[in-house]
Amino acid sequence: MTGAGSKELNDFGAAADAWFRENVDPDPGFMLPLTFMEVGTDQQFEWLRDWQNRVYEAGFLGAAWPEQYGGGGLDPAFQAEATKAMRRHNGPIMLNAIGLNWTGPLLLDLGSEDHKKTYLQRILSAEDIWCQGFSEPENGSDLGNAQTRAVRDGDAYVVNGSKIWTTLGRYADHMILLARTDSNTPRKYDGLSFLLAPMKTEGVRTVPIRKLTGEHGFTQTFFTDARVPVDRLVGEEGQGWGVAMRTLEYERGARGGQAGGYVSVQADAWDVLELARGMQRAGAPALDDPVLRERMVEFIIEIQSLALCRQRLGVPALNSDRPAGLPLSSKLMNTEFARRVNEFAITLTGAKGAYYVGDPSAVDDGIWARAYLNAFSATIGGGTSQIQRNIVGEHVLGLPKS
Amino acid sequence: MQDIGRIGFSEEQADLLDAATVFCREKSPIAKVRRLIEDETGYDVDVWREMGELGWLGIAAPEVYGGLGLPIGAVVPMLEQMGRRLLASPFLSTTLAAQALLVGGTEGQKQALLPKIAAGTAATLALVEASGDWNLENIQCAATDAGAGALRLAGEKFLVCDAAAAAWIIASVTYEGRPNLVVIEKAAIPQGALRRETVIDETKRAFALSLDGVETPKANLFDPARASAAFAHIHLAANLLGSAEMCGGTQAVIDYTVDYLKTRKQFGKLIGSYQALKHPIVDAYVGYEQARSHLYSAAHCFGEQGAGEISTRMAKAQADAAFSYAADRAIQFHGGFGFTYDCDAQLYRRSAIWQAAQYGDGAYHKRRLAQLLL
Repeated sequence: MTGAGSKELNDFGAAADAWFRENVDPDPGFMLPLTFMEVGTDQQFEWLRDWQNRVYEAGFLGAAWPEQYGGGGLDPAFQAEATKAMRRHNGPIMLNAIGLNWTGPLLLDLGSEDHKKTYLQRILSAEDIWCQGFSEPENGSDLGNAQTRAVRDGDAYVVNGSKIWTTLGRYADHMILLARTDSNTPRKYDGLSFLLAPMKTEGVRTVPIRKLTGEHGFTQTFFTDARVPVDRLVGEEGQGWGVAMRTLEYERGARGGQAGGYVSVQADAWDVLELARGMQRAGAPALDDPVLRERMVEFIIEIQSLALCRQRLGVPALNSDRPAGLPLSSKLMNTEFARRVNEFAITLTGAKGAYYVGDPSAVDDGIWARAYLNAFSATIGGGTSQIQRNIVGEHVLGLPKS
Repeated sequence: MQDIGRIGFSEEQADLLDAATVFCREKSPIAKVRRLIEDETGYDVDVWREMGELGWLGIAAPEVYGGLGLPIGAVVPMLEQMGRRLLASPFLSTTLAAQALLVGGTEGQKQALLPKIAAGTAATLALVEASGDWNLENIQCAATDAGAGALRLAGEKFLVCDAAAAAWIIASVTYEGRPNLVVIEKAAIPQGALRRETVIDETKRAFALSLDGVETPKANLFDPARASAAFAHIHLAANLLGSAEMCGGTQAVIDYTVDYLKTRKQFGKLIGSYQALKHPIVDAYVGYEQARSHLYSAAHCFGEQGAGEISTRMAKAQADAAFSYAADRAIQFHGGFGFTYDCDAQLYRRSAIWQAAQYGDGAYHKRRLAQLLL
């Protein structure tokens, strides 16, 4: 390990900066997805898989993961520098989001030695793509009631049931799977187990789901007597709920250990300001309109709130009253902001708010409308904003369960 | 993209936050807050003396004037904790008067007044006029030469905070057609020129002040070349410190309401289990955390060109939104009890309205931010 603030760190940051400047392709010749949830075509998938692999091979992904599992073995400050350089040069997203951000840190913390050796390096290189199997058609917000069954049969669990909203399901090699190994526990949560399930195996079938945007981003996954080796269990049998909740903490950014990079590019209030500058109202610049001006300022104040709250996480003395407050509110704050700011952007385009992706007259190729519709994936997925308010209310403010 | 501020927190701020947290909790329990509301003076003179002895009135004054020489951001944790405990005192008025002197006063005025203020003598500002305009340079009160090195003042000031406690009142006036400030010794103010006002926040003490016929030495005028800078500084410093009080109040009213949601039962269940109450109080809490992040960004960046003004206006706008919403919902969520004088929710709601009226509310600052950002 090398300390932060050192010459090594500066050199590393400079090398990353040079590499991304040289290697980011501003126009691959087709529209790249802005988030990992929007990967809809084989062309996009293959391009992004190759891009992630190149970033990893250059040493700018997983720089803080241990060397024996394919990482760089450096202090997290190094990866942070690389991620900053990636952002500075508008690098495309990292494809293997669930592997890099959720499965990876989970296995580093709770996985067996064999899990780490088998999976971690291939997550970084994007050789193995990961997906997540938590939600079911009948159990979304009520995740603890998951009914997909995993029955022990010799050296394997036999899985039957169905998972839904499987992002990258069509491409994934492995799934982090929450399944019921016991239907007779007094508490529904105690019958769940957490498995690392192979996807490209007999008995697993994926059916694409068409999103509200019209695109194909995810699947429903059906298990029919699919076999998962017993040693693919994370934690003990019956402890799956705790492992799943921990996974959601990585997903919501409440717990660290992610490989680095970013998996979505969000338009922020400043991009919307640029958009507003080009628009007209009543024969005058849109930003002469006092109502639009006030709303624009409110969005800038709010994006600054989000940035400052992230910075404040690094100042424990300013979080001593409720240390879990900012980490557990972060998903709610950020995803709701993204939804509203994109909605505002559509209204800014005036009559052209009527266009959608694909029309030559659409402002910015229609990305604002698509981003608004896609923003619901984040206010619904990973625990809806309504569930997030329950979490903050119960775990931060100490209110009784609903 | 321009620099609009970032979080920083110094060791001195951390120490002062710890000290203020304990002090304000101990010195200002809610029963005492209510007792002081009924008291004409309105604050505990022993507590005020203790603050002076602790050096808190000189935190942001240079060492040559008997202060600690810290940036004004170091005062933010103090006011945050005072707002949280509704601790009444002339602390804010006196701190702002000292800030006005520092930026606009003559060297003689600074040497004469600042060491005494740092040691705990109260002072205040008289800025508001009949128009209610937040623009501090929209002034009708006037100073004219009365001969023999004296100025004669005319006009009326309103909402002069802690005027009864203050040894000096620094009033805005026009002199030779230009906005300026002038120091008035309390002794120069005749009987009957001060009238206690009835204000929405009953923990505050504010007065109307008639300047008609008041005379003061011409040497008490601020440096005319620095007057404009002084008005700008007072405006921003008051909004920074007001935001701090508001953040503390927001935290307190959320805590107060959450306690009730955890103890009150209806239909056989604790009312905090109902999402119709739980979700809005979470929204209030998130708004509070965002306001506090803005506050400590403004505290850190206050002295910087550009980022100082932007971060301060953002802090006030966010604090106004957060405090108003939290305190409004606090009344509602206490049900019938919330409608009573005994419920503390009204104390915070009144405080939020008072604070919004000081030096510009959220809408006012957003309009100024639009000029700075768009």
